[in-house]
Amino acid sequence: MSDTPHYPGGDRFAPTVEPPEEAVEVPTGADEFRRVHDMWVAGTEEPPWLAAATDEGAQELLPADVDPRVDAEEGSAVVDDYLERPDVSADELQIINMGPQHPSTHGVLRLHLELEGETIRRAKPIIGYLHTGMEKTAETLTYVQGATNVTRMDYLSPFHNELAYALVVEQLLGIEIPERAQAIRILMTELNRVASHLIWVATQGMDVGALSMMLYGWRERERILAFFEKVTGLRMNHNYIRVGGLAADLPDGWEDDVEEILEQVPKGIAEYEELLNENPIFLDRTVGVGIITPAECHAYGVTGPIARASGIEWDLRKAFPYSGIDRYEFDVPTGRHGDVYDRYLVRMDEMKQSFRIVRQILETIPSGDYRSDDRKVTPPPRLRIDQSMEALIHHFKIFTEGFKVPAGEAYQAVESPRGELGMYLVSNGGPKPWRLHVRTPSFAAVQALPAMLADSLIADVVATLASTDPVLGDVDR
Amino acid sequence: MAGEVHNPGFLLASLEKVVNWARTRSMYPATFGLACCAIEMMGTGASHYDLSRFGMEVFRASPRQADLMIVAGRLSQKMAPVLRQVYDQMAEPKWVISMGACASTGGMFNNYALVQGVDEIVPVDMYVPGCPPGPQSLMHGILSLHEAIKSGEIRHGTGVI
Repeated sequence: MSDTPHYPGGDRFAPTVEPPEEAVEVPTGADEFRRVHDMWVAGTEEPPWLAAATDEGAQELLPADVDPRVDAEEGSAVVDDYLERPDVSADELQIINMGPQHPSTHGVLRLHLELEGETIRRAKPIIGYLHTGMEKTAETLTYVQGATNVTRMDYLSPFHNELAYALVVEQLLGIEIPERAQAIRILMTELNRVASHLIWVATQGMDVGALSMMLYGWRERERILAFFEKVTGLRMNHNYIRVGGLAADLPDGWEDDVEEILEQVPKGIAEYEELLNENPIFLDRTVGVGIITPAECHAYGVTGPIARASGIEWDLRKAFPYSGIDRYEFDVPTGRHGDVYDRYLVRMDEMKQSFRIVRQILETIPSGDYRSDDRKVTPPPRLRIDQSMEALIHHFKIFTEGFKVPAGEAYQAVESPRGELGMYLVSNGGPKPWRLHVRTPSFAAVQALPAMLADSLIADVVATLASTDPVLGDVDR
Repeated sequence: MAGEVHNPGFLLASLEKVVNWARTRSMYPATFGLACCAIEMMGTGASHYDLSRFGMEVFRASPRQADLMIVAGRLSQKMAPVLRQVYDQMAEPKWVISMGACASTGGMFNNYALVQGVDEIVPVDMYVPGCPPGPQSLMHGILSLHEAIKSGEIRHGTGVI
């Protein structure tokens, strides 16, 4: 195993997109990578404070100059004991528990809110109610089966999970993917981004009282899901993007379906903008609510639309292009204020940019194979099995033992609808991953909630929470 | 008249039928969305599939006002006590639909984190297969439950009145 992380797109700290002035250095993936690397792979190189730690308690694990109570006061850390405030009488303080069974927590997130009157002084997200052990399960599945597991992680953007998994394994295998397969991968992930943002606008609208958005958002999403079902056989959890290519080529007449999506869905989006953009109730509930600064985004590792709404022009599709997305023209929309309303604008623009990409794919998709012709990785065509002994053996090996991946480690991130979705894979040369760690964007968004919620009103909790678009399967996995 | 009074079986049986029919007409589901299946459950309730055709669209956030719990998604060990508490808070008669492979059997996740089937925690009346079940499957499950209640196959839910 190499000591230095291998990045396919070059130096991570030299972004191709210039960040704005407030932005500090480029964060997240690399730091997370190193943390996991230290924890699970290097093993021997313990930091001094960790080596000096005893079993007395978790507090011992902190470096000496970190006082958790100070961080907790600032809302940047949480401790389990209740904070006493000398300037406030105990009568004015109240703890409210929100979730895990709550209609507006987008799953099973639990929030522990410490209130002073109606003002939130501190919020503690409590997670783990949907912990599924997927990283552990990944170690028991072969690379052929692995996509089945990861696709259920962020269930609103299954294609992005599959793509990240396929890319990280292909990185270790060192195989080339045909251009047509790459284009179809981008087509499906970009349509998936629209479907995910449509659910987001539906639930965000519903959570701030625009109940009709719930019905409209689903109406448009069903069009995209019908296309997914036609291509993959399933509405969700497709298992379509496999290591080495795709499960199948696009069906006949797919151009007409995509053309219809490109015609109908933007009409719906224009309708939402008419409904929401200048709606006084929507503006009252969202403008200036749940603000997060670029520096806080960096500190918490927040990426995706939340960071872009704060003014950080950072999109992995531009910074570290994957699967040939640099062939297509698109812009990265950014906001300036970092509040809920800017996140709404950014996501609406992102849908339009995704349609731009889809339109370009429709016009330029190359012909060719939909999967690699490496017979060690992709199963042979059905016809060849009857003709060739070698094909029969390959088929048998792939579906019993699975193919072996060279020993090593790799990290690959894709821009999911929620931000940087990274997969870190360690292989010991066998047919199953030795370790798979996933860096999920929702986790970072949820851990930034205390910063967004501190000193805001309790009525804004639901609007702020919805605007981070957390998927709890992505947080807990 | 006198004959009817002296024949109690006739009167009782009819009332039960009426009650069973009434129970299927306004069955409010409790929201218990957990994972992927919850998205399909919301999709079933939304515009395209329109669960209100069966008088089922009013998803109650409060278990006190709900008759039917649709357990939609994988149930982790940490969530299991919450599920039981929500079930206990629901008023009788109550029914449970286990939606999807994970809720029914643990699905593909046979590991330390998941409860291998919610019937270890609460009694289940109807299992809906699929991963996730499409809206049509869920609607079929709901209608099958209606039929079973109407025909008296499931008498008072699984609890005791």
